[in-house]
Amino acid sequence: MTAAGTRTQDQDLHTVSARGITKAFPGVVANDGVDFDADRGEVHALLGENGSGKTTLCKILTGLYRPDAGQVLVGGNPVSFRSPADAYEAGIFMVHQHFSLVSSMTVAENVVLGWHREKRRVFNRRQVEEEVARAAERFDMHVDPRAVVSRLSVGERQRVEILKAFYRGARTLILDEPTSVLTPQEAEQLFVSLRRMASEGESVVFISHKLDEVSALCDRVTVLRQGHVSGSADLRTTSVDARGLARMMVGRDIAFSRRSRSEPVGESEPALELREVSAVDADGTPALREVTLSVRPGEILGVAGVAGNGQVALGEVIAGLRDRTGGDITLRGEPLAPGNPRAASDRGLAYVPEDRIGTGLSPGLTVADNCVLKSYRQRQLGRGPFLVKARILARTQRLLEAFNVKGTADSLVRQLSGGNAQKVLLAREISSEPQVLVVATPTRGLDVSAMESIRSLLLEAAARGAAILMISEDLAEILDLADRIAVISRGRIQGVLDADGADAEQVGILMMGGSLEDAGAVAP
Amino acid sequence: MRWLPEIHFERRLKPPRWLGPATPPIAVIVALAIGALVLWASGRDPVDIYQRMVRAAFTNPGAFSNTLVSATPILLTGLAAAITFRMKVWNIGADGQLMIGGVLAAAAGTFFAGQSLPVVMALMLLAGIVGGALWAAIAAVLRAYLNTNEVLTTLMLNYIAPLILFYLVFSSTSYWRDLSSQHAKVFPLAKTLAEEHFWPEYGTTVVVPFGFILGAVLAVVLLFLVRSTRFGFQMRVSADSPAAGRYAGIRTGRLLVVVMLLSGAVAGIAGASQIGDFSHRLEPRNLQFAVYGYTGIAVAALVRYHPVGVVISAVLVGALSNAGFNLQGLDLPLGLIGVNQGIILLLVAASEVSTRYRLVIGRRGRDETRAPPDGESGSTAVVDGIGNERPSRGADS
Repeated sequence: MTAAGTRTQDQDLHTVSARGITKAFPGVVANDGVDFDADRGEVHALLGENGSGKTTLCKILTGLYRPDAGQVLVGGNPVSFRSPADAYEAGIFMVHQHFSLVSSMTVAENVVLGWHREKRRVFNRRQVEEEVARAAERFDMHVDPRAVVSRLSVGERQRVEILKAFYRGARTLILDEPTSVLTPQEAEQLFVSLRRMASEGESVVFISHKLDEVSALCDRVTVLRQGHVSGSADLRTTSVDARGLARMMVGRDIAFSRRSRSEPVGESEPALELREVSAVDADGTPALREVTLSVRPGEILGVAGVAGNGQVALGEVIAGLRDRTGGDITLRGEPLAPGNPRAASDRGLAYVPEDRIGTGLSPGLTVADNCVLKSYRQRQLGRGPFLVKARILARTQRLLEAFNVKGTADSLVRQLSGGNAQKVLLAREISSEPQVLVVATPTRGLDVSAMESIRSLLLEAAARGAAILMISEDLAEILDLADRIAVISRGRIQGVLDADGADAEQVGILMMGGSLEDAGAVAP
Repeated sequence: MRWLPEIHFERRLKPPRWLGPATPPIAVIVALAIGALVLWASGRDPVDIYQRMVRAAFTNPGAFSNTLVSATPILLTGLAAAITFRMKVWNIGADGQLMIGGVLAAAAGTFFAGQSLPVVMALMLLAGIVGGALWAAIAAVLRAYLNTNEVLTTLMLNYIAPLILFYLVFSSTSYWRDLSSQHAKVFPLAKTLAEEHFWPEYGTTVVVPFGFILGAVLAVVLLFLVRSTRFGFQMRVSADSPAAGRYAGIRTGRLLVVVMLLSGAVAGIAGASQIGDFSHRLEPRNLQFAVYGYTGIAVAALVRYHPVGVVISAVLVGALSNAGFNLQGLDLPLGLIGVNQGIILLLVAASEVSTRYRLVIGRRGRDETRAPPDGESGSTAVVDGIGNERPSRGADS
């Protein structure tokens, strides 16, 4: 009795609707009278900036939160979910960004794990495997039910999560930013499967803040802004372009800064050079394999790759936070000793780590303390062994104003929004006027307006002559900003492309471990 | 259970500033009220008992002086605990560090018998500092460079230190043992400090031991150290986020060793004060049974490791133990006093929750988490991801 396959009638019985949903948290109204419908047979995008209330709405739909006011309806009947189990009963499932899979078990085992709906006491392995395979085939999702999850790629794991939901009777599937962990090709494949689900009469809710994905994939879109529905459109009948969607999301026009490549970077000496640098993870597995890269002053070198392919190690090795097992790093012509972050920063290297809150910033300290996290040793900030608070505050104030950060010097960093925290971090690092700036995932998780201002900060720093190494999983961003693109896969640099003329497909082939010849590109 | 109002905790987004300092006093008052119920239930008059406690701890002639005597060692060990606990390094070895500090201080006090009082005091303090710091250094180096758990090492060192004391005084003819009189050969004793080298006391109606004044001064110094110096800045960063500390170029291993040595040194001062202020000679059994080191942890925890707060809580705990000591008798068993002390300590320690959460009664809604929605948690996608709740089955059954 597979959940897929048996149901065909009762289409309308499973339309999920929200009417006038209001949910307040201390200090913020996350949803304010939100109406939303997930019809059968459609892919419905839920678009909005961070903090616009997308996640809250979905948590209400899946029984994790209960609304303060308003009503959730399934097939037109009011329901009151007391727990996620009630939502499962109604066929509503959510695939979170972080998967809940047991990596030492097989796909089939994961699919049935913890599922007690059927009174079956004995795990009939073969039967489950067949059912999983059938569901996979139905949605065009290739997964071997017998494979052990730890061997699967991120994209495959995501498919397992989706199959798990359908095996358990999902009729409405909510996906929380599913493409953020995928290569362009994997995302393409996911879209095919999602379209297939819609054509089979299931309904798919697709949470995203990537405008191009929404216009490529979805039938309808509902845009949330500050807890309200700020717009909606039927993309099958009307044509709304990315610009129009962005306006609904932000409330004004957005123009992304792009790199103008009119002036080529000169043939000056590289400011940062890596020669055959290798490093390992804490468990001894190789993280970087003989990475050779160079960045010249005024240049932005983008490092593209799927998350988890050595990007973290790359940033940490350059910043001196991780020892290298081989190779040399040269900073402005002189070798850089490993394992000494202070020396690297004293010599003009700034580093914006992927883990902003917790590494780049100290979340329990104030904004002021964080603004001097690296410069507290400077003489002008203190008197003898003492730090002078007034001078720290003055510097903080200058930074907050210059970089347009909303927040006060004495608020704790963990109270800031993600965008403002990232601005504090970038403000501190860029204001030290670094010769070399290493930034990891500079705009991940940020909303459109924060993204916009951080992009222009990076471009300004490059225009001032800083050599920028930008490690990012957002390929569109790299294509927009970088002069050259290095692609990393399994800790190895697969190739370096000129950003001019590079396209997403070429880069995608390299991201999956292909070579420059496979990608059909000409090396710069 | 429908008839029960729903009670749940709600996270405070921004705790009011006054709440932190106000919480411990409020907790003490609530604890006294609960303690009164216990006394009343056991057939006693709580008002009478509390009056007697106040008299025994504060208002009787000499009572407050005795309270300060009880407070002195736990003030110093409390400071020792506060320094490391603030940095999230768990040095619970103040007990052993106090003893080794006492051993060296006792040696210094008797060895330089011909010197003037200030010189002897300075040498005793120095010896105590060196002894305490050395004992702490063992655990500090093991933690910083071999990543051993400092809770275990300092705890085990607490068992070794009294054995050294026993050996020096009871089981050997070491420098510390008094072999001069016939009496001391039968009942082993340590050498006694010359009377002119007893540490001074100040005041007439209330007598303040030198060690208490030293502790109060140290508390202020430590507060400045943490709040206003570059060293303190490093401590605060490393305490809040070790990864951010390394990122900022702080040598976290070295910092940890320095902080542990500092803590050991303060505990060593407590040892020196025991010899100079009170016992005037090494008393292995008394030091072993007093457990000043562990009491110091409780003293520091009561005020969330705030150095100046430690002065107040040391006096409070000192008063409780002084009152308990004087009140125990036929009508008031020691256990009942212990219950009251325990209620106070428990409530103050537990009241910390109320600074971060508030109690909400009878409002609708029973969410899986109290976390604010994604934008408010001030987070990146990674942090958001951690907040992704899994359905918790236990909570719904």
